[in-house]
Amino acid sequence: MARLVIENLTKRFGRVVAVSGLSLEAQSGTITVLLGPTGAGKTTTLRCVAGLEHPDSGTIRIGERVVNDLPPKDRDVAFVFQNFSLYPRYTVFENIASPLRIRNISRDEIERRVREVAHFLHIDHLLERRPIHISGGEMQRVAIARALVRNPQLFLLDEPLTNLDAKIREEMRTELKRLQGETGATFLYATPDQAEALSMGDRIVVIRQGHVVQVGTPHEIYHYPRNVFVADFVGSPGMNFVPALFEGEGKLNVGPGYFTFELPEEAASVCRRTLKRPEVLFGIRPEDILLSIQGGEGWYPAQVDVIEPLGVIQIVRLRLNGHVLRVRGEEGASFEAGERVFFRFKKEKVRIFDRLTEERIF
Amino acid sequence: MNEFQRRALKNRVIVVILVVLLCVYLFPLYWMFSTATKSKVDAFSLPPKWVWRPQGDNFRGIFYVGAGGALGTVRGIELKLKPSAFLRQLGNSIVVSFVSTLLATFLGALSGYVFSRMRVRGKDDLLFVILSSRMLPPVVIAIPLVMMYRSLGLFDTRFGLIIMYTVFNLAFAVWMMRSFVDDIPREYEEAALVDGYSRFQAFFKFVFPEMRVGMVATAIFSLIMTWNEFTFSLLLTGERARTAVPSIAHSLGTAGVNWGHIAAGSFLMVLPVVVFTFLLGGNLIRGFTFGAIKE
Repeated sequence: MARLVIENLTKRFGRVVAVSGLSLEAQSGTITVLLGPTGAGKTTTLRCVAGLEHPDSGTIRIGERVVNDLPPKDRDVAFVFQNFSLYPRYTVFENIASPLRIRNISRDEIERRVREVAHFLHIDHLLERRPIHISGGEMQRVAIARALVRNPQLFLLDEPLTNLDAKIREEMRTELKRLQGETGATFLYATPDQAEALSMGDRIVVIRQGHVVQVGTPHEIYHYPRNVFVADFVGSPGMNFVPALFEGEGKLNVGPGYFTFELPEEAASVCRRTLKRPEVLFGIRPEDILLSIQGGEGWYPAQVDVIEPLGVIQIVRLRLNGHVLRVRGEEGASFEAGERVFFRFKKEKVRIFDRLTEERIF
Repeated sequence: MNEFQRRALKNRVIVVILVVLLCVYLFPLYWMFSTATKSKVDAFSLPPKWVWRPQGDNFRGIFYVGAGGALGTVRGIELKLKPSAFLRQLGNSIVVSFVSTLLATFLGALSGYVFSRMRVRGKDDLLFVILSSRMLPPVVIAIPLVMMYRSLGLFDTRFGLIIMYTVFNLAFAVWMMRSFVDDIPREYEEAALVDGYSRFQAFFKFVFPEMRVGMVATAIFSLIMTWNEFTFSLLLTGERARTAVPSIAHSLGTAGVNWGHIAAGSFLMVLPVVVFTFLLGGNLIRGFTFGAIKE
């Protein structure tokens, strides 16, 4: 297992800059998640690491080796593709065995290792079948087995769960995490799914338009997003934003003109110190808002717009003049569209962003 | 009439139409076969004879000079059978078309792969130039070709014809193979590359087998085109390397039109292509629908 270090990676395709000055580090034996929307440059980054694309500039180091000019076969990495990419003409056994076949390994040893890894991934019974005769979830297991069978220095997984059904996707998430834990492998894992990133990543690298936006633990990314983009992209639904004015001292006028409240002292002092302009964005996560039919001290009125039931939880969209607040709560408390309700929020969870730069201030 | 009956009726109508069409298409083949196996008298009888005693004189006639259908002695002179040029010409046809088809398909597959997968400088222009070789009618380049072939010593050689037909089919093969390769997911070979295979190993082990369907379709088209080719064979060959097609036409002019011989020759010409196409037909149809279905 090895550490991966990417420094200043840039890759253009014609006029399109897919990755621009990207740097990141994947610690040995951990899962580093590359999180970003489609077209952010996740796949290109992985392909550069694998050697399927040649970077325009920057260095890629696996372990102590700079691999920029090495062909893919000499990099000792494994790649799991979004569409599984199993060889259609070969059986599952041969698919898993193929990385070993090219490496002068004895037949018995190949047989032993393929069976071992197949057992580990619960696909023993599929070995004689062809890829078209197994399900999507099984295909991805086979693809992972093919990666695992030769103990590479580094695993590159490009949206491995995107093409799976929702239920299998969640099972595989746990499975992959278990597998990584037990093998102590180094994973670089690309996904557009924030829930996947939060649940699997030891560290998350949020990228956008080929740039790294933020690097951190899932906790940091979720609770201390660096800017509006991360706050909105991570979370389901993302953070709520309402324009607000910081009125000296510690008061925040949300709307502005909708309601004013006293910021916790910690937040207020950061604002006093760093704010150059009073125009900010008030941000609050949907689960940090509470709803009630009855008003009272510290409750603010709003109108229910839409209710989206999601099983145990529900998302209630509130209308605040021109703005929308999404509230995530337990199902049960029943509201109706159009109803007038009251809400309050956890003040310590309020995040404040600069309205111009969209960077988080607190 | 309910929906099911209506659909059944519709199917039946379609079948009838198809049968009629099939008859129209097969009729010339039938006519050719019947003329080839009829005696001269039967062949020309009106109304046409639907039942006749098949005989092989026409086939004998095209393979042997002086047979004329009858054997024996005429005025005390024994009619000797001398082999005609037709056998050699058929052989020429077979050698020339199969070799050039193999060459064109193989080279087309390799360059189709490169055009599909690699970054080639001026790729679009190159592809256009390749295609443009098919844009001129052959007669336009005939005279310079004949002169070149004469001065290079390629005139009236099988080798010369093979070169000609390979080049002729290559344009088609490159374009066709490129679109076939385009439809093979890149990830197959990329997975192989990462798994430790070199580009060549990955190509031969994982991509080439996927290209088989496309290669067979390309080969069938090339073969039919070469087998039927008339102009170049007529212009670039004389006695030795001439293929069968122009020589059948040649028998039109000499001693009146011997329709029986023409029919027999044509029948023998059609046969290999039909057999070849039937053997590989499944691939051909898959070849036609390839790319029409996306995963």
